[in-house]
This record gives sequence, C-alpha cells and structure tokens, in this order.
Amino acid sequence: MNGHTRKLLTIVTESVLEGSLTRDIERLGAHGYTITDCRGKGSRGVRNASWEASGNIRIEVVCDTHTADAITTHLQAHYYDDYAMIMIIGEVDVLREDKF
Amino acid sequence: MIDAVILFFLLGLVAGLLRSELRLPAAIYDFVSILLLLAIGLKGGVELAKQPFAELLPQMLSVVVLGVLLTLVAFPVLLYVARFKRTDAASIAAHYGSVSIGTYAVAVAYLTTRQISFEEQMPLFVVLLEIPAILVGIVLARGLSRQTRWRAVAHEVFLGKSVVLLVGGLLIGWAAGPEGLAPIEPLFFDLFKGILALFLLEMGLITAVQIGSLRRHGLFLLAFGIGMPVFSSLVGVGLGWALGFSVGGMTMLGTLAASASYIAVPAAMRISLPDANPTLSLAASLGITFPFNVLLGIPLYHLFAERAHTLMGG
Repeated sequence: MNGHTRKLLTIVTESVLEGSLTRDIERLGAHGYTITDCRGKGSRGVRNASWEASGNIRIEVVCDTHTADAITTHLQAHYYDDYAMIMIIGEVDVLREDKF
Repeated sequence: MIDAVILFFLLGLVAGLLRSELRLPAAIYDFVSILLLLAIGLKGGVELAKQPFAELLPQMLSVVVLGVLLTLVAFPVLLYVARFKRTDAASIAAHYGSVSIGTYAVAVAYLTTRQISFEEQMPLFVVLLEIPAILVGIVLARGLSRQTRWRAVAHEVFLGKSVVLLVGGLLIGWAAGPEGLAPIEPLFFDLFKGILALFLLEMGLITAVQIGSLRRHGLFLLAFGIGMPVFSSLVGVGLGWALGFSVGGMTMLGTLAASASYIAVPAAMRISLPDANPTLSLAASLGITFPFNVLLGIPLYHLFAERAHTLMGG
C-alpha cells in the first residue's frame, strides 16, 4: 500500500454551529468534511441530543498540515470562548493523495 | 377537569426527575413538532382566507408592538434588579418577548375541550410574535453594531424551522381552503391531541433536565419565570380586550404574551449572542415558565380574560 500522510481533524461541538463552521472550513481550504450527530458529556455538562438545543455534531476533515493549522487556529480564536467545542488532530494515511 | 395531555407532560416530568431511561428518539421529537407547527399553520390559514386583510393589519401591528414591548420591559428588570450580564439580560428578555408553540398548542387544547371559541387569526400572531423579540434582544445587547452578522441573524430568524413551517402551513391552508385540506385532515386535525400528548411527554423530559440546572441559578430566576409571564399575560389580555376579542381570544393573546420561547430564540441567540449563557435562559423559559404556563398559567389567564370581559364589557 502506498500511503500518503494527511491530518485528520475531528471537531466535536454544538450542532447550532454547523452552518458557520462548514463555511469556515471550506473557506480555509479543506476539500471536504463529514458530519455526524452525536452526544456526550464534557466540561459544559451532558449534551444528550434529545432536542435541538442540546445536540452535538462531530465534524471530520482530512486535509494537509497547512490547512489543518489554519482551521485549528481560526476555530480556537473564534469559538473556544463561547461554545462547547473540542478538537483533536491525528495523522492518517490516505490512498489518493490528490483527493485531500 | 384536567386535560389528558397535561398528564402526559407530568408523566414526562416525573420520569425525567426520577432519571428514568425513557427518551423519545430525536427524530420522533422532530416529527411531532413539525406536525404541530403545520397543524397550527394550516388551521390559521383556512380561517385567514375568510378575513379581509385590511382589518387584520392594525391587529398585526399591535401584536408586533406587544413583542417589542415585553422584551423592553423584561430587559431592565434582568439587568438592574437581577444584575445579570448585559448579554444574558438581553438574551433572557428576548426569550420572554417571543412565544412558545407548545404552550400555544396546550391553550388550543384547553379552549377546545371547554368549547370556547377564539379568533382564528391567532396562528398569524404566533408568527408575528416570534420574530421582533429576537431583533430587539440583539440590539439591546450589542447596539446597532456593525459586528453583528445581520445576514446570518436574518437567515436564522426568518428561515428557522418554526417560522418556515408556520408560514408555510398558513399559506397552504389559505390557498387550499377547507375542501382542499379535507384529505389531510385526519393526520393534522383529528390526531392533534394525540400528537400534542407525545410532544408534551418529551417536553416533560426536557423540562426535568432544565429543572436540574435551575438549582444552581436560584431564586431570582424562579420569581422572574413566574412573575414575568403573569405580568405579560395581563398586557396580552388587555390588548385582546382593546382589539375587541372574545374571552377565548383574550385568553389566547394572554397566553401568547406569557409564553417564553425555547426553540427559535435559543438558536438565534446562540448564533448572535454567543457569550450569553444559554443555561440561564433555558432554565427560566423551560424549567419554570413552560411548566407554570401549562399547569397553572393557562387557566389563570382564562380567569383574567373572564374578569376583563365582565368588568369592562365585551
């Protein structure tokens, strides 16, 4: 297998942010993203997704290091203070280099 | 006589407080709230078609003024008496200037069970009351600042789920008329109370969670969450009287004024006033005001309306 290394950026946050985050992510150069609904507990309490206001989403973005830096810096500056949000970054291998 | 739908709310509330495993799947809650919004819109649309628009216009304007006024009354109380942060005060005030569909639906069930008729333009007023408070809340918090992303706010306000479904229902009902709606009546009208029962079951569960977070925010929210709707209902009943509404209509307008939003406004505030604490406003509007209105408020506002009718003449 000929792997190419990319960053996998996973963001877990409030579902109300979906619209503005996807706009930010695309503008900062990511080629795509995957969103799933989820629920859990963190420093801002249980978010059990039983109705609109308590829903969480997980956004996954596979991109190059430069884009991952741009996204994490932007999100940290604009959303960390006021919203429930965590970001984790890992390295992944992708098969099709041009896709990410 | 207690309405069966109220018992479903109590079941959800008790189950939630006892930490039962019961929960409705999110998709069911969505479905049920969509049905309620459409049913309310459709019903209003059919009746609107019978009314001349020129007569409605002054009523519509006065209802918009009502929404603005209630927000402006709540704000200084929260800011100066309770000493909340400016954005928190503005956000909570916006919740109380807006309306709750759930409360409205319970009032519809309450009045129809007692065979009290009410003016049929009420669904239109629901839409009109939903919006102004949000805009006033943002201006109170930020001033007419350029930083506010008005496009995003407008998108959230005018294309939010509840406004789209209510206005859509109104238009469909208006265009199709009673005959046109006949084939879909079994789903939207005949099942209304059953749908409402499921909706209230889930609301009870959600309310129980909010009551939990309420313990941390104390007595003022409790007093405000009850005092504000009672005050607002008096203003609403008064406006209903001034507009020459029936007892049912005054009760409805009182209930609409008293109810506090928990769908459209929280979402809009989260986007436009991110530093406002959503727990505070939801604890007040869902943890206190919604159960108060559903269990005690609506009969109380009905009483106010009857008093207004006998004292001042209808």
